[in-house]
Amino acid sequence: MSRPEIEVRGLHKSFGDNEVLRGIDLEIRQGEVVCVIGPSGSGKSTLLRCVNLLEEPTKGQVFVGGTEVTDPDVDIDAVRRRIGMVFQQFNLFPHLSVTENLTLPQRRVLRRDKATAARTAAENLARVGLAEKADAYPASLSGGQQQRVAIARALAMGPEVMLFDEPTSALDPELVGDVLAVMRMLAREGMTMMVVTHEMTFAREVADRVVFMDGGVIVEDGSPDQVIGAPRHERTRHFLSRLLDPAMADVEEETSDQVGKSEA
Amino acid sequence: MTDTDTPLQPKKKGLTRRQKRTLSRGVQYAVFAAAVIAFAATADWGRLQNQFAQADIAKQMFPDVITLALKNTVLYTLSGFVVGLVLGMVIALMRLSSVGPYRWLAGVYIEIFRGLPALLIFIFVGVAVPLAFPGTEIPGGTYGKVALALGLVSAAYMAETIRAGIQAVPKGQMEAARSLGFSPAKAMISIIIPQAFRIILPPLTNELVLLFKDSSLVLFLGVTLEERELSKFGRDLASTTANSTPILVAGLCYLLVTIPLSFVVRRMETKAQEAIR
Repeated sequence: MSRPEIEVRGLHKSFGDNEVLRGIDLEIRQGEVVCVIGPSGSGKSTLLRCVNLLEEPTKGQVFVGGTEVTDPDVDIDAVRRRIGMVFQQFNLFPHLSVTENLTLPQRRVLRRDKATAARTAAENLARVGLAEKADAYPASLSGGQQQRVAIARALAMGPEVMLFDEPTSALDPELVGDVLAVMRMLAREGMTMMVVTHEMTFAREVADRVVFMDGGVIVEDGSPDQVIGAPRHERTRHFLSRLLDPAMADVEEETSDQVGKSEA
Repeated sequence: MTDTDTPLQPKKKGLTRRQKRTLSRGVQYAVFAAAVIAFAATADWGRLQNQFAQADIAKQMFPDVITLALKNTVLYTLSGFVVGLVLGMVIALMRLSSVGPYRWLAGVYIEIFRGLPALLIFIFVGVAVPLAFPGTEIPGGTYGKVALALGLVSAAYMAETIRAGIQAVPKGQMEAARSLGFSPAKAMISIIIPQAFRIILPPLTNELVLLFKDSSLVLFLGVTLEERELSKFGRDLASTTANSTPILVAGLCYLLVTIPLSFVVRRMETKAQEAIR
């Protein structure tokens, strides 16, 4: 088997006294789609953000495409060009048009010429079904459209890996489908994807593996059918029951050993 | 004993709330009218007009008051603004730097130059700089000195404005830029600063209005006839004609620029408010 595209070894991350990640080991093969699920504060977003070093791990190593991201001497900007990231809040550049959102990073970071950047931008806007919005500004788009532009912007850089940080959590329910459809298309095309999400249907249908995190550790890691369909651990079952049927959940006592309520 | 049952109902004795409101407003109008009447009655309008509004004196100020004095005022202001903007930008970035001494130095600069009267800065630039660096000439003569003095003063204010603007750009913008492979400097230049400037355009324009007025301090540098700006021009003419009309005309010339500028600032602020909503 070839080397994993993403490899996380013994990863720890603390914010002050708050230990958010307590030893994470994870491998993601090329072309694999891994969904990370878990309660808020479980550290799943922090784990994702450690992969492209938006958060600096306290301990442990992260490799992407064989390059050690956590090496202090690594050219992090070069590594990040290979890792596309999609945020919960889209983070489009509001002062730039949709096309400029896609062309500016290509030109400034990859030094592509104007024509190449424009062509790549148009191709990727068409991929996410937003070719007709090329000249619009982000503020005039719906949340779902903004998120698809954000995906196109990441794709225009030609990444080998895509990270998704709760990409549909800030969307109105009826707009979630369009974004998930784009992600499903990417998965089919063989993109390596790590997706932090609460969309269980998406995880079930698209993911090759589902990782359940709680309290800063990976509790369960397996096929979607196993982790979501037949969870082995009580914590996973508990989480899934609350997620799939929130109206039936009981009032719970807050336990003091819950970790990291301040998940980024 | 109905008033204990319903304490919010108006009591029968004394004025009702509505009557009190009407009375209070009536008093405010009366005070205003009395003040205007008192001012109009006591001022000696004839002498005032004689001293401040002599049409023939006003006429002989033109066209120089525009082509020379107003032009110089605008020149001084703009050059000071440019120096202040560049210097303010550097200081704002120093203030946000991860290098301690830079932050410290920027903080000291801001405190000193915000705390000193602009007049003292002009005197320092006019006197202290040539003494401290003998033989060095500030390029541009008076124009250079004014640009430097106004720039030094406004940089302190602009640095704080720019810093606030940069910090007002959401954190996600820097994260998005970095995740695309932008270096911190590139992200700052292409993504953060352009957005920060949209946020701070109104306060920066306000700073321009303040500088426009502060340019009158050129007076204390000693200028040639050709370098006079509005205040100096008005004052010189006022003393040669022994009449204050030139002061009034110079004042009107300031307002000619500052009032439209303030209007523009208010428009921008309203638009910015709407954009947030």
